[in-house]
Amino acid sequence: MPEVVRDKVLSIAADVLSVSPALLSDRSSSKTVESWDSIRHLNLILALEDSFALQFAPEEMEQMETIGQIASLVEAKLAEAGKA
Amino acid sequence: MSVVNRLQPSSFRERIEQSIAAGNVQAARALLVEHWQQEKGPAAAALINSSFETLRLKMKLLPYRLAVLRSFTVEPIVPLLRAAGFLAGFDLAVHIGDFNAYAQEILDPQSSLYRFKPDAVILAAQTRDVAPDLWERYSDLSGPERTAAMERVVGQFGDLMQALRTHSAAHLVIHGLELPVFSSQGILDSQEPDGQSASIHQLNSELRKLARLRPGVWLLDYDSLVARYGRMGWHDERKWQTVRMPIASSHLVHLADEWLRFLHPLSGKVAKALVVDLDNTLWGGIIGEDGMDGIRIGAEHPGSWYRDLQRVILDFYGRGILLAICSKNNPDDAMEVLDKHPGMILRRQHFAAMRVNWQDKAQNLREIANELNIGIDALAFLDDNPVERERIRAALPEVAVLDLPSDPSRYAAALRDCGLFERLSLSEEDKQRGIYYAAQRERTELETTCASKEDFLRSLQQEVEIAAADAKSLARVAQLTQKTNQFNVTTRRYKEQEIARMVSASNCRVVSVRVRDRYGDNGLVGVAITRDSANSREIDSFLLSCRVIGRTVETAVLSYLAEDARRRGLTRMQGWFLPTKKNAPASDFYAQHGFSSEKTEPQGTLWTLDLSNNLPLCPEWIKVTIPEGDAICQK
Repeated sequence: MPEVVRDKVLSIAADVLSVSPALLSDRSSSKTVESWDSIRHLNLILALEDSFALQFAPEEMEQMETIGQIASLVEAKLAEAGKA
Repeated sequence: MSVVNRLQPSSFRERIEQSIAAGNVQAARALLVEHWQQEKGPAAAALINSSFETLRLKMKLLPYRLAVLRSFTVEPIVPLLRAAGFLAGFDLAVHIGDFNAYAQEILDPQSSLYRFKPDAVILAAQTRDVAPDLWERYSDLSGPERTAAMERVVGQFGDLMQALRTHSAAHLVIHGLELPVFSSQGILDSQEPDGQSASIHQLNSELRKLARLRPGVWLLDYDSLVARYGRMGWHDERKWQTVRMPIASSHLVHLADEWLRFLHPLSGKVAKALVVDLDNTLWGGIIGEDGMDGIRIGAEHPGSWYRDLQRVILDFYGRGILLAICSKNNPDDAMEVLDKHPGMILRRQHFAAMRVNWQDKAQNLREIANELNIGIDALAFLDDNPVERERIRAALPEVAVLDLPSDPSRYAAALRDCGLFERLSLSEEDKQRGIYYAAQRERTELETTCASKEDFLRSLQQEVEIAAADAKSLARVAQLTQKTNQFNVTTRRYKEQEIARMVSASNCRVVSVRVRDRYGDNGLVGVAITRDSANSREIDSFLLSCRVIGRTVETAVLSYLAEDARRRGLTRMQGWFLPTKKNAPASDFYAQHGFSSEKTEPQGTLWTLDLSNNLPLCPEWIKVTIPEGDAICQK
């Protein structure tokens, strides 16, 4: 169910970044979303870890720049863990 | 895993937004509570916080200022704390100290910490930061080095407590030190009297002693918190190495909850009484249908779940929380279980009030609050029936309605989890409170048999002890200023540390009042605080617990204060009456005792008593004692 995961990533990002989900796309990043600062970025990572019950490695965190990248990473990790 | 089951957040957000747009604050709040219970975590916190931004003005929230000083990244905990706080009725302003700069911030009176004017300060420092040698190179330390390291830690905490108290009256909550996941010596560590674990335990016990010496300083047992959720899972070493956050994302909320547990008693947002249902709450089944042999309560499963719940409630009773019953039942059936069922832990004498009848529970709760002489907002309500809970929520929104899970095996944990029953200090009065209320019932019976009010007062044989507040009574005196709403002329709330300051000021007098009568000791039930100037004594605070209202104790105390003032050559005594929603019982206090009104301002009226005239007399039916040869006057 990749779409379900992508939608959920998007909605968690919208909650954490305090923006409407309609304003976010795969290409949204800290450069395009004003509220996306380093603290919110950390909060986003923690929210994803908590909601999907997974943990990101430090090198993975470095690759999490756009919503698209983040969603793909979550999907890959869920597939790896057999959760999706 | 909730990936599939999770209610789609977008639709959830829509439901919340619809409720907010429709102006239905209660419905929006209920949805957020439900969302939080199901999805407790960073994502849900973000949604709750943004919703509350629009709701806060329409809700009655308690503003509270919390500063967090830390040696690690705590920023992600703040949204969780604010969200949980909102749902518990707090509007939290949170200040976070600079990374690992807690010592400078506490020591510097000009720091941003003090400019923030916190109500409470949490000092969250890790063992590895405050005691790096004990954490990292324990096996390398010689005996004297280890002792020196421990003394340094205790000394530093002592200095910080002292400095904070010098610069601020805020409460201070200190994280105790945690043990490492593996101790440096492996299983050998537990064999040695001075192993790493033993040393850290000893440090924590020293910290506890330090905190006990200082009013308003409290210890948070961080190691127990970590252990409760599992040490291995609590830590996230990768996050520590990369972003200096040592706690796994799924446990951040547990630290936020633990902080919130402290904020309840610190801010006075606590329940004074727990009102419980009987059938399917205190026991399994329905006594009217299943009978004594059919209901489930006792040491064996499944009655044991209800016994667990009763044990929690008995713990609350021991903390001074009043218990009451509100049940739709035949009184005889219910009393038979309370008096005779071998499986019960709670008995008739534990309950300060009972409403076992078929009337509306909202009406019963009003009567119980009345009988116990506490506000309806001091009640918490425990009932397995969601319909009754909804009824109370709708009829009495001030009552804290507890959400019991549907599964009885989770009852006890759910109740233990509730911050409304947390206490940080326990006076003798608290421990005895249940007994006081039992005696109160007997007094009420006496009053109905006496011909006149005077006969009743005479037959009570009251003894009023008026004493200067001291170290032993400080906590109770502060507690009374915090909690007394009815007979309280100014309703000024003081922290323990503020009372301590007034006790040591030469022109201030802090007087505690204890009342005994033929039914026993009522405990420390009154406080008066006065401030003397050149020729006048001002009454800053004058309050009596509702336990002794209407028994002329106030006249005895006022008479003492007036005579004492005249003895010191003062010519008048003055006091403000500042009206609140609840202090009507004290509104005639000054007028009834010969004071005349001096001026009236929007916040209240200033009353004056000319000390050259007749002073209020101590009633003949009260015997006043002043211990230690009038210690108050020797100051």
